[in-house]
Amino acid sequence: MGAWYYIVNISYFFAAVLFIYGLKQMGSPRTAPRGIKWAGGGMAVAVFFTFFQPAIHGAWLNYLLMVIAMAIGGGGAWITGKRVQMTAMPQMVALYNGMGGGAAAAIALVELYSHEAFIKGEAVLFMAVIGALIGAVSFSGSLIAWAKLEGKLDKPFRVPFQQLINIGLVAIIVALGIWILMSSLSAPILVTLFFVVAFAFGIVLTTPIGGADMPVVISMYNAFTGLAVAFEGYAIGNPAMIIAGMVVGAAGSLLTWLMAKAMNRSVSNVLFAGFGTDDGSQGEAIEGEMKSVEPFDAAASFAFADSIIIVPGYGMAVAQAQHKLWEFCQILKNEHHVDVKFAIHPVAGRMPGHMNVLLAEAGVPYDMIYDLEEINPEFPSADAALVIGANDVVNPAANTDESSPIYGMPILDVASAQEVYVIKRGRGTGFSGVVNHLFFGDNTRMIFGDAKQVCSDLSAGLNEI
Amino acid sequence: MITGFVALYIFMLAAFTGYEIIGRVPTILHTPLMSGSNFVHGIVLVGSMVALGNANGFWQILIGFVGVLLAAGNVTGGFVVTDRMLGMFKSSED
Repeated sequence: MGAWYYIVNISYFFAAVLFIYGLKQMGSPRTAPRGIKWAGGGMAVAVFFTFFQPAIHGAWLNYLLMVIAMAIGGGGAWITGKRVQMTAMPQMVALYNGMGGGAAAAIALVELYSHEAFIKGEAVLFMAVIGALIGAVSFSGSLIAWAKLEGKLDKPFRVPFQQLINIGLVAIIVALGIWILMSSLSAPILVTLFFVVAFAFGIVLTTPIGGADMPVVISMYNAFTGLAVAFEGYAIGNPAMIIAGMVVGAAGSLLTWLMAKAMNRSVSNVLFAGFGTDDGSQGEAIEGEMKSVEPFDAAASFAFADSIIIVPGYGMAVAQAQHKLWEFCQILKNEHHVDVKFAIHPVAGRMPGHMNVLLAEAGVPYDMIYDLEEINPEFPSADAALVIGANDVVNPAANTDESSPIYGMPILDVASAQEVYVIKRGRGTGFSGVVNHLFFGDNTRMIFGDAKQVCSDLSAGLNEI
Repeated sequence: MITGFVALYIFMLAAFTGYEIIGRVPTILHTPLMSGSNFVHGIVLVGSMVALGNANGFWQILIGFVGVLLAAGNVTGGFVVTDRMLGMFKSSED
């Protein structure tokens, strides 16, 4: 063992420590900005010293290609990461995550093509194959999630016999995997085929899933990539990859479960059941009609309220209304002394915490933002609730109507506020296709229009009072 | 080289660490934490570099190259977007 062996491995050890410390710091809003910088420092150290890794036996050409690939991949991601709008963050996270999964699968492919994994024993081979599978699924699945969120794949579409195709693909993957494990030498065709089928499985698994289920899906593929990285770390004998990958795998799995729980569904239900795509019951029929109001009149009610609670949803992100909304809230707070709070449902938007990021971008301090459990007891004492672009997460049918597809999902209890105002683009139903009883309530007034425009009009209304 | 049961213990302890880290995190930080953990699994770059470094022949080198490229994208993109998001969070006292 030369000196470099120790130097490189000590750098990996430091990286692992800094990752865990950094992630721990990211658990509180005050320390979080430092946390990512600690983790970034660990990453820089590990990557730098890998250039001196004695386990690398390649020629100068390999090193040259390494630098070129890092410049292209890193440079491209730097530019897109700096430019991307906050509303487009879910798809960027999905894309970067898919790249990590693809990289893990690529490591496995190189190992399995080169007999390396076949010499090191069954455990290494097994981990390499499993890592290849999870990495490839995460790669293609994340790319599909990205395309869907970008609007490049509009509708969730289901092919006939979806479940049969899923089961068939899994059977082929298992058979090919066992075949590879039984081989004593590398069979490139077999390995390639395995990878292609795993890639296809990721596509078939993700295409039927609708937009509102994306928080679960993105979080799940994040966990998948973590696990793939951990397994490949074992295959190539890199403890930093095992630790970092496993920490992310476990954290991501927990987050995925929390997201699914916030919709009162299981993860497998999200993946395989589809939602709002089946015919039949969409809940009880509604009697009554929606009562609409002009922004100017609504503004008057807000101005004379003591406390209001604002519930943002994906519609706010689509309309990019977060800045105008915050302007309106500032006028309410500063000139009319209204107590303003924001209530955020765990699965609002297209990834976990999506709304928090958008409000933070607009400048809303995080101590004005409340979780579901914190805010629900406060709705009855609020003078008004303002729903902006949210639908299913405020639908009282989830509490009352057993025939509704969303029955049992924890919701924000908006209906118990004194008055409810809903900013909505049109009269249609939400993502799930479920009719929202809230919109027909006696104390509910609808403000129809583009959310951004309505917020501007509300501010204008306040200024005229 | 890490062998057999030692590896199993590493896997187990790391899994509990991950579980503990995210267990009590407020919803407000779910997005940055997810993109932060997305950045952390970018450590796959280190493995991709070793794979490309030892690759022989056209196909291995090509796949190794693509691996490093993707991993570098994961690391850089993950860091940039997380840093941007966390920089925006502030409290009313700030």
